[in-house]
Amino acid sequence: MSDRKPILASGPGNVPGVPPGRPVIALRDVQFSWPGARAFTLAVSDFTVERGERLLLIGPSGSGKSTLLSLLCGILAPQAGAIDILGADIARLSNTARDRFRAEHFGIIFQMFNLLPYGSVIDNVELPLSFARRRRERAEAAGGVRTEARRLLASLGLDGDLIDGRSAANLSVGQQQRVAAARALIGRPEIVIADEPTSALDRNRQQAFLDLLFAEVANAAATLIMVSHDETLAPRFDRIVRLEDIVSGAAVAA
Amino acid sequence: MIVLRLALKSLMNRRITALLTVLAIAFSVLLLLGVEKVRTGARASFADTISGTDLIIGARSGGIQLLLYSVFRIGNATNNFTWRSYEDIASSPEIAWIVPLSLGDSHHGFRVLGTTTGYFEHYRYRQGQPLRFRAGAPFADLFDAVIGADVAASLGYKLGDPMVVAHGLGSVSFVAHDDKPFRVAGILEKTGTPLDRTVHVSLEAIEAIHVDWQSGARNPGASASADEVRRMGLKPKAITAALVGLKSKLATFGLQRAINEYRAEPLSAILPGAALQELWGLVGTAETALAFVSAMVVATALIGMVTMILTTLNERRREMAILRSVGATPATILGLLMAEAGCLTLAGVLLGVVLLYAALLLLRPYVDASYGLALGLEPPRLAEVQVLAAIVAMGLLAGLLPALRAYRLSVADGMTIRN
Repeated sequence: MSDRKPILASGPGNVPGVPPGRPVIALRDVQFSWPGARAFTLAVSDFTVERGERLLLIGPSGSGKSTLLSLLCGILAPQAGAIDILGADIARLSNTARDRFRAEHFGIIFQMFNLLPYGSVIDNVELPLSFARRRRERAEAAGGVRTEARRLLASLGLDGDLIDGRSAANLSVGQQQRVAAARALIGRPEIVIADEPTSALDRNRQQAFLDLLFAEVANAAATLIMVSHDETLAPRFDRIVRLEDIVSGAAVAA
Repeated sequence: MIVLRLALKSLMNRRITALLTVLAIAFSVLLLLGVEKVRTGARASFADTISGTDLIIGARSGGIQLLLYSVFRIGNATNNFTWRSYEDIASSPEIAWIVPLSLGDSHHGFRVLGTTTGYFEHYRYRQGQPLRFRAGAPFADLFDAVIGADVAASLGYKLGDPMVVAHGLGSVSFVAHDDKPFRVAGILEKTGTPLDRTVHVSLEAIEAIHVDWQSGARNPGASASADEVRRMGLKPKAITAALVGLKSKLATFGLQRAINEYRAEPLSAILPGAALQELWGLVGTAETALAFVSAMVVATALIGMVTMILTTLNERRREMAILRSVGATPATILGLLMAEAGCLTLAGVLLGVVLLYAALLLLRPYVDASYGLALGLEPPRLAEVQVLAAIVAMGLLAGLLPALRAYRLSVADGMTIRN
């Protein structure tokens, strides 16, 4: 688990409190079970991600991907073990503190249905900033929240007339994923998590979307963890991890 | 805040169901407040109608019935009592004044009341206000009539106009006493009581219009002219009721008992205030039932709102998951849904109040004219404001049900977007 990529050292993406060389994410002896379940649904003994890494997590559906991502983001809390994110063990944080931590440090892209359909495109992009003070400050420092949202959308390949007027509900799936990426990246969170963001796109669009996403992730000096069952994406990533290699236990949750 | 704006937009996205929900709450609030308005309006109207009268005397009957037909012109007397008994009682030393009332005829649907000029002197309404004449004076001639403000207004009568009194009480009467027309001698100021819809004539006049009549039908062949009738020196034979004022209140119960035990014929004497209380006691049950029904309607509207929010929850799980992913706590989601319920209820309550006053403004003249009910336009009383606040609080509380469900769903769904 050494740094094969040079750390994107400079810039506002630099994380205070994490010494260089320390992993951005480190899970140790994590055990989680859904309430009411008898056995542990998921157990991770050791899983780390280095800063600036672009990691592809491969696993079939039903292997506990969503549960693992929920644990990483702090939506779920494990029954045992430590989840070190940026030097903080979020497993020991209160629920509210974990939610705040997620807002500040994570950008999340879902498989589909990423947007609030009745909101405007800009509303959707700026949404995380209501929960994350530092991300808002960073966006403001980058030239203002609105300007930053527009810049991200434009560099993710969305036309100006789409950025303004229309409500998010009228966008195509590909356009929606770009808006979702802009939302995940605004205010430069340290970690971007993407749960099969390209599965609803055709092959050409997949490549185009990944190009734009990678460029913006690099620009924000963020760490990218992407989940997919599609191994053909592997060459584009720094590291490939198979879920079954890090996860043990009866994985029941979808 | 962007989250609140999005919540509002989410609501706007469901504006038809939201609007219907608000309307349902508004109508339920309208009903609740309307029933209360009518109730207090009715009580005030009744309580204001008679004042300063110590006893009401009539033929033997229930207190409420006697009060209703003698003072409120509601229903009919089952029996009259004789003029002889009246004169006998009138001579009692405790009595300061006594005014006879004779009912049973009508003029274009307005009751005709036979009485004496003492009526205009002694009758008091609304905390002791005396009757005032807008024009003219009490009747002097046998065929003089004094009409209430509403009679004058709706029939367009002026001083000196002729009018024909019909037998019976319908607004379309087939047997008119058209051979003996009356003249409008006086018009009373508006009182807001049944007096406004009453035609007052002298007791003798009541006898006079029945001179040629027997058993409610005109006696064929007999027709006395008005002047002949004037010369007859008619004496009333029977009256419907009498209002009594006493020299000392202390004598009230003694005289009441004496009248109730009157030997010559069965009579009743009632205290107006006591009879009114008795009436409220009777009506109270119905009022409680009405209030209960209105409250149930409000509850139904709130249940409708909860149903509306609950049915949207499933399609909004994605919304919840997105909000959670960007850092919203489950508490935020709980708060959003409760706020939605609170806003819908508040909007419903406010709209209900607006509808109430709009309806009051529109219907007041009609209700006043048709039912003699003066509905107040005064702002909601503290108790009503408290009820409205309680409804909003109940709406918020009801919103807790879908909110808690959304909370559970959002915790259970975690990062998964379910549809």
